[in-house]
Amino acid sequence: MAFWDKIRETPAGAEPRGVLGWLHVALVPLTLTAFVGLWALVVRVLEYPAFILPAPDRVWVRFLVLAGDGTLGRHTLVTVGEVLAGLALGTTVALVLGFVLSRSRALERLVAPYLVASQAIPVVAIAPLLVIWFGAGATSKVLLSAMIVFFPILVSTVAGLRGSDPDLDDLMRSYQATRWQTFAKLHLPTALPMIVAGVKVGATLSVIGAVVGELAGSDRGLGFLVKQGQGIYDTALMFVAVIMLVVIAMALYGFVTLLERPLLAWRD
Amino acid sequence: MGRQRGGPVIELRNCSKRYPSQLGQAAVDALEGVDLTIRPEEFVCLLGPSGCGKTTLLKAIAGLVSLDEGEVYIDGDLVTGPGPDRAMVFQDFALLPWADVVTNVAFGLELRGVPKATREKKAFELVQAVGLAGFDHHFPRQLSGGMQQRVGLARALAVDPQILLMDEPFGALDALTRRLLQEDLLTLLDRRRKTVVFVTHSMDEAVRLGDRVVLMTPRPGQVRDIVEVGLPRPRPPDLEKHPRFAELLEYLWQQLREMRP
Ligand SMILES: Nc1ncnc2c1ncn2[C@@H]1O[C@H](COP(=O)(O)OP(=O)(O)OP(=O)(O)O)[C@@H](O)[C@H]1O
Ligand SMILES: [Mg+2]
Repeated sequence: MAFWDKIRETPAGAEPRGVLGWLHVALVPLTLTAFVGLWALVVRVLEYPAFILPAPDRVWVRFLVLAGDGTLGRHTLVTVGEVLAGLALGTTVALVLGFVLSRSRALERLVAPYLVASQAIPVVAIAPLLVIWFGAGATSKVLLSAMIVFFPILVSTVAGLRGSDPDLDDLMRSYQATRWQTFAKLHLPTALPMIVAGVKVGATLSVIGAVVGELAGSDRGLGFLVKQGQGIYDTALMFVAVIMLVVIAMALYGFVTLLERPLLAWRD
Repeated sequence: MGRQRGGPVIELRNCSKRYPSQLGQAAVDALEGVDLTIRPEEFVCLLGPSGCGKTTLLKAIAGLVSLDEGEVYIDGDLVTGPGPDRAMVFQDFALLPWADVVTNVAFGLELRGVPKATREKKAFELVQAVGLAGFDHHFPRQLSGGMQQRVGLARALAVDPQILLMDEPFGALDALTRRLLQEDLLTLLDRRRKTVVFVTHSMDEAVRLGDRVVLMTPRPGQVRDIVEVGLPRPRPPDLEKHPRFAELLEYLWQQLREMRP
């Protein structure tokens, strides 16, 4: 969180960075290096076997091999595709349903219990079910990802669309604004920061849905690589796959943050 | 419809408003049997203790609040909702935070479908008129409270309403800024001839600005007294030296003190 906020606080080329500014930039590589160093040290000193905890250099070599023969790229693309489709589907449904629910309290009261109940079901538990229903292909993964993504975006959309200043609603009425005008010129701009915040949360969660689906049953994707690694005690392979998943989640989060900037320029 | 001086007559007849009880709270009688006639092009100040229903009364004239009893007439026409003849100015300014000054000022015109070039030209002129020249493309959060309310005022004037409804517009401002805005408001209105209903907590402000001061009782709000100010117009800069000024403040203070629960 803080890392991305830092990036946002210093717009490119806005002002010369001071010592502290450069420290911010250097902070991530520094902590990362320290972390990897510590990891290598732990493996060496405690002499873990590679199938328990592989040293960083082993993971690196495994990465190079997997990347070199195209395996990693192929499986990463599969997962990225599922994640993007799930995020798009979940976001779309959440926005539409959020709009509908924000317009009617009665409807919200009717539907809310089911929505909350649906969130109480652990995705891990229904993943095998979805694999049976929709097969081991991408569909079940996209659906699982969309299910996880959907809720935070729905909640923030409803709250955002309802969150306008009552004085501004009076203003719209006093100018005899139409329903569409009130939505487009007041409710939507008010909701936008919250919706974007919801999409950010959704973006990081979307990866979880897809991977849980892949673990439950698939023959491709990074989740499949993790399972394969587990089967043959190829722990380095599992590490490579997990790190790729983290990178995907971070890249998605960063991408939404980039979108946020022009969208909400008036705030900073 | 008997229009005498160009501006409309506002008539409140036996207006009552009760906010129904909700979630364990008792119902609130905000207004009870308010009768009031506001003359064309008059500047009327509503003065009364907090919670006595001043905002409710103003919103009833705006057509934003439905009354339980009684009616509001403008030039003899029953008010059933908002209309282009009225515009509001809000205590907390109610500006769009994501829109710059010109866009905010032009907002009422935008909602009415006035083409962009036309409305921005008009907004530009009003930005000058309210003393914000050079701030056309600033955002509300870049402006002081006084400047934000100047935007609020310009926005209300932009739709050229016959009636200005102002709800404690200067209540959130410091004393100096407040005095400046009071003066500028009177100057702006000099050339525009509008009927103004102005809610305030301040006796001083009511006397400085108003042709009449309507004193309201604590909840449920009723009209306790209507005072003719009778100070010269345009109001001289040393108004406080006028014997009538002190006399009025003293009278209003006595009245308000007697109402103390
Ligand atoms: N929407 C509402 N729902 C319920 N009660 C309300 C509502 N609006 C106002 N009230 C109540 O009605 C009474 C009159 O409110 P109103 O805002 O008109 O008073 P006011 O004279 O403008 O007060 P102030 O000087 O503090 O602005 C108050 O007791 C208030 O709590
Ligand atoms: Mg009020």
